[in-house]
Amino acid sequence: MAETAQQVAEQEPLFGKNEKRLLIDPLNDNNPITVQVLGICSALAVTTLVVPSLVMAVAVVFVCAFSNLIISLLRNLIPKQVRMIVQLVIVATLVTIVELTLKALNFEVYKQLSVFIGLIITNCIVMGRLEAFAMANKPWRSFLDGIGNGLGYGVILVAVAVFREVFGKGSFAGIKIIGNTSEFALNTNAISWLGWYSPNNLMVLPAAAMFLIGIIIWIQRSYNSKLVDIS
Amino acid sequence: MDPASIFIKSAFIDNLVLAYFLGMCSYLAVSKTVKTAVGLGAAVIFVLGITMPINWLINEYLLSDQGILGTDLTFLRFIIFIAVIASMVQLVEMIIEKFSPSLYSSLGIFLPLITVNCAILGGSLFMVSREYNFSQTVAFGLGGGFGWFLAILAIASIREKLRYSDVPPALRGLGIAFILTGLMGIAFMSLMGIDPAALAAGGK
Repeated sequence: MAETAQQVAEQEPLFGKNEKRLLIDPLNDNNPITVQVLGICSALAVTTLVVPSLVMAVAVVFVCAFSNLIISLLRNLIPKQVRMIVQLVIVATLVTIVELTLKALNFEVYKQLSVFIGLIITNCIVMGRLEAFAMANKPWRSFLDGIGNGLGYGVILVAVAVFREVFGKGSFAGIKIIGNTSEFALNTNAISWLGWYSPNNLMVLPAAAMFLIGIIIWIQRSYNSKLVDIS
Repeated sequence: MDPASIFIKSAFIDNLVLAYFLGMCSYLAVSKTVKTAVGLGAAVIFVLGITMPINWLINEYLLSDQGILGTDLTFLRFIIFIAVIASMVQLVEMIIEKFSPSLYSSLGIFLPLITVNCAILGGSLFMVSREYNFSQTVAFGLGGGFGWFLAILAIASIREKLRYSDVPPALRGLGIAFILTGLMGIAFMSLMGIDPAALAAGGK
């Protein structure tokens, strides 16, 4: 408490060290997926292809950042008993904006994401940050925290999607890069790059996303021993 | 498709957790012991079974352009659905507390958690996008809930046994749970061979 009071006293800078930490921390030490275990719910099903997962990541960053901002602005006006409903309504409104925008801009991707855009509402990372951070912090800091957590989530999402698309379909963002008919030939001869590789269907299955996240957690924790689960 | 096949399909083949990753947060957080897993699983069946038909009625008679209001209000779907779920959970909690205190004390803490369980909202959204009718919706709600229950029961039993095995330290807890879920997903894929329509027709 003393620390926060002091910060207020010395006119905290718009983008100081603390603000930077809010952005960087969720990328590794406090990653929403691998450390906080929030928000795995809705989005892993979209990670078979890179483009939809990028869109999903952007959508989550947007919703997370603005819901944090709005709740933080309203935090002193919301009665404690109905705060869940208020939060859900604000998040649902933002998600509706995202959904309609996407529908208008890129119907193809909208179709691919189907119900999963709607499920950002119940994405625990949004609610989790609202409860844990926005209810107790100033708007600007909450906004940054939202962006940071959205990014931390997006990084894992896109990483998983890249692995799954490259190894499962032999393509990247819809362009075939490895395998027999790849368009990305390193040499100008007709011989395609890594022509012997045939796509691994396991990577397209939902199970592969689970394995990949398990492995990401494994790698992260072997480098960062303070995250290891002791129990 | 008839309701019986939808029940089987949603419980085993299109399992909400293992095929669509819905409700993963509570699935991973509450699966440390079998007892709590059963409590949460039962609560999910209950809430899914109640909210899906209600959301179907609202979607059909209030939000669609053929409804009572006569205008297309489908853009309000997310807000209405989540409000219905939140208020139903609250209502169910109060009813259980009044009529069955013993059930309340065993389910109690899990009920509020369910509001943000993606499986519940996901169920309602799937119902809309797959254009189910009323009886199919009821079957999908119960079947999806049952599938979720099975999945959390299975992982909780495995994690209880896992306490006696030597998992690499960095993989302990969360990491191994993810990999186990993946393996369970593959195991459930073997059920894809079931043809629900044939099963409902008496295995012919």
